[in-house]
Amino acid sequence: MKKKNLLAIGLALVLSLTLILSACGNGSSSGSSDSSSSSKSDSSSSTEALSGKITIGGSTALQPLAAQAAKEFMDKNPNVQIEVQGGGSGTGLSEAQAGNFDIGMSDVFAESKSNIDAKALKDYQVAVVGMTAAVNPKAGVKNLSKKDLQAVFTGKVKNWKEVGGKDLKITLVNRPDGSGTRATFDQFALDNKTPAEGITQDSTNTVKKIISETPGAIGYMALSYFTANDSSVVKLSIDGVEANDDNVASGKFPVWAYEHMYTKGEPSKLVKAFLDFIMSDAVQTKDVPAQGYLSVNDMKVQRDATGKQSDK
Amino acid sequence: MKIGKVAMDPATATASKSKLINEKGLFWRLTDRTSESRGKVLIYSSAILMIVAVTAITLFLTIQGLRSFVVDHLNFWTFITGTQWYPDRAQNPSFGAFPFIFGSMAVTFLAALIATPIAIGTAIFMAELAKKWGTKVMQPIIEILVGIPSVVYGLIGLSLIVPFMRVHFGGSGFNLLAGAIVVGIMILPTVASIAADSIRAVPDSLRQASYAIGATKWQTIWRVVIPAAGSSLVTAIVLGMSRAFGEALAVQMVIGNVVTLPKSIFDPSATLTTIITLSMGHTTTGSILNDALWSLGFILLLISYVFIVIIRFLSRRRNA
Repeated sequence: MKKKNLLAIGLALVLSLTLILSACGNGSSSGSSDSSSSSKSDSSSSTEALSGKITIGGSTALQPLAAQAAKEFMDKNPNVQIEVQGGGSGTGLSEAQAGNFDIGMSDVFAESKSNIDAKALKDYQVAVVGMTAAVNPKAGVKNLSKKDLQAVFTGKVKNWKEVGGKDLKITLVNRPDGSGTRATFDQFALDNKTPAEGITQDSTNTVKKIISETPGAIGYMALSYFTANDSSVVKLSIDGVEANDDNVASGKFPVWAYEHMYTKGEPSKLVKAFLDFIMSDAVQTKDVPAQGYLSVNDMKVQRDATGKQSDK
Repeated sequence: MKIGKVAMDPATATASKSKLINEKGLFWRLTDRTSESRGKVLIYSSAILMIVAVTAITLFLTIQGLRSFVVDHLNFWTFITGTQWYPDRAQNPSFGAFPFIFGSMAVTFLAALIATPIAIGTAIFMAELAKKWGTKVMQPIIEILVGIPSVVYGLIGLSLIVPFMRVHFGGSGFNLLAGAIVVGIMILPTVASIAADSIRAVPDSLRQASYAIGATKWQTIWRVVIPAAGSSLVTAIVLGMSRAFGEALAVQMVIGNVVTLPKSIFDPSATLTTIITLSMGHTTTGSILNDALWSLGFILLLISYVFIVIIRFLSRRRNA
C-alpha cells in the first residue's frame, strides 16, 4: 500500500512539474528556438537539421494554410514542432508583438491597428485572398454596380427590385467590428462607407448557411467558399467583373487582401526556414491554390498598407 | 522518486529512511497515509485554491474592465446607458453598451418565462405523481438534456427555430425570441432537477395532513407542496437564469447580433456575451475596443454576482 502511495505522489509531482515546465517553455519558445539546433543531425540529410518549436497563431482565415504547411514542414524536419492556433487577427498581432507567438497571422496590415507598433513587426505576405458579396439565389441578382452594392450595404436600398432584382426585402449579413474580412470589404467594395446594421456572424460557414437559407440575404466571404457546382449562394460580380482568381490577380477585381505572417523583428533561423518554406514553390503552387488562396507570385498588382494599388 | 524506490524494499526501508529523511519531517508528514497533516494539507490547499481562483478572476476582470474608463476615458454612465455601439467608426466612435445589457436581460427573463412552467411541471411529475417512473425514466432524460453541448442547441436553433420564425413572423428569423427559446430549453433541465429536489424535500407529514382533511391530490400539490417548497423553487429559477445570462455560443447563433436596441421580441438583438465572443479575437490587446469588451465582461460579472446575492438571500430566508 505504502509503495503505491509513494508512487502515486511521485507521479503527481512529476506531472505537475512537467506542466509547469511546459507552460514556461511556451512563453520563452521564441527565444529558445534558434539556440536548440545543436541536437543530433540527421546523417541522411546534407543540410543542417532543424529542431525546435514554433508557435503560430491568429487569423482563422489563414489557419488552414499554415496548418497544412506546418504539417509538410514537420514531415521534412522531424525534430521541429509547429503549433498552429486560431484566435483572430487581433490576437495574432498582439501576441506576435508581445513575443508569445513566433508568427502572428493576420488578415489586415499591422498598420491598420492603432496600438500595434507596425515598425517592430516584420511583414511576410504569404498569400492573397479574394472576396466578394454572396447573395441568396431568390434575390435574382448576379451582378451589381459598385454604386448599387454600396446602396444595398448602407441601407439606402431596402428591396432587391430597386437594383434590378425580384421584389424581395434585403437582409444584410455583416461581420463583427475589427474582422479582417469586414475591413477588406468595407475598404475596397464599399469605399469606406459604413454599412448599415444587420445580422452579424463571425464564422464564414455560418454566414454562408444564413445567406443560403434566408430569402433576400446578402453578405460577403472569401472566394474559396464559393464552390463550382454549389448553387446555394450566388457569387456576385461587381461592375460586370466576375470575382475569380484571374481577375483578382490582374487587379481588375478590387476586393482582395493579403494574408500576413508577422514576426517580432528579424525571425530566428528556424522561423525563417519555415517562412522560406511557405514562400517556396512547393507551398505557393500547390497548397496555396488548393486551400483557395492566390499565390503572391501570381499577382500582377500590389498594394501598400494604405490600400493604394500599383502595378508590380 | 529515489526515496520512493527505497521505501519499496522493506528490509532497507527503515534503515535508510531515517538517514534520508527525518521521521517527523515535512516529507513524511505529507506522504504517510495515516498522517493527520497530509489530509489537512490536501483539503486546505483545495479550499485555498478555490478562493484564490475566485479572487484572481474578480480582480483581473475588475482591473481590465476599468481600463476603458480610467485609461481610455470613456464615461461610465454613457457606457452603460448609451445605445450607439460604433467602435470602428473613424470619426467619433461611440461605445454605448445598453443594447447588450438589455439584450442579456431580455433573453434571460424570457428564457425563465418559457422554462419555468415546463420545468416546475416536470418536477411535480417526477417528485409527486410518478415517483418510480420519474426517477427511472425522467432523471436520465434530464441528465441527457444537461449533457447536450450548447453548440448543438445553437445548431438546432439555427436549423429549426430560425426558419420557423422567418416563415411565421417575417424578417430574417434571427430574433430575441429565438434566442430566448434556445436558452429556455437549455436551462430547463437545471431548473427541473433542482425544483424536483426541493419538492422531494417537503416533509411527508404536510402531505399526510392535507390528505387527512380531505384534500385531493391536486389540492395538496397546489395548496401545500408548492407553497412549502416555495423559495427553493425560486432559487431553482434564479440559478437557471444565471446560467441563461452567461450563455454565449447558442445565443450567438440565433439572435442575429445586431448592435441596435430591438423594438420587439421579433427584432434581432445582441447580448453581452455574444458581442464579447464575436469581437474579442479581432481586437488587439490594449485597444479601446478590447478594453470596452473587458468592461462588458466586468458588467457581466457584476450582474452574475447580483444573481448569487439573490440566491443567498432566498436560501437564508428559507433556512430562517
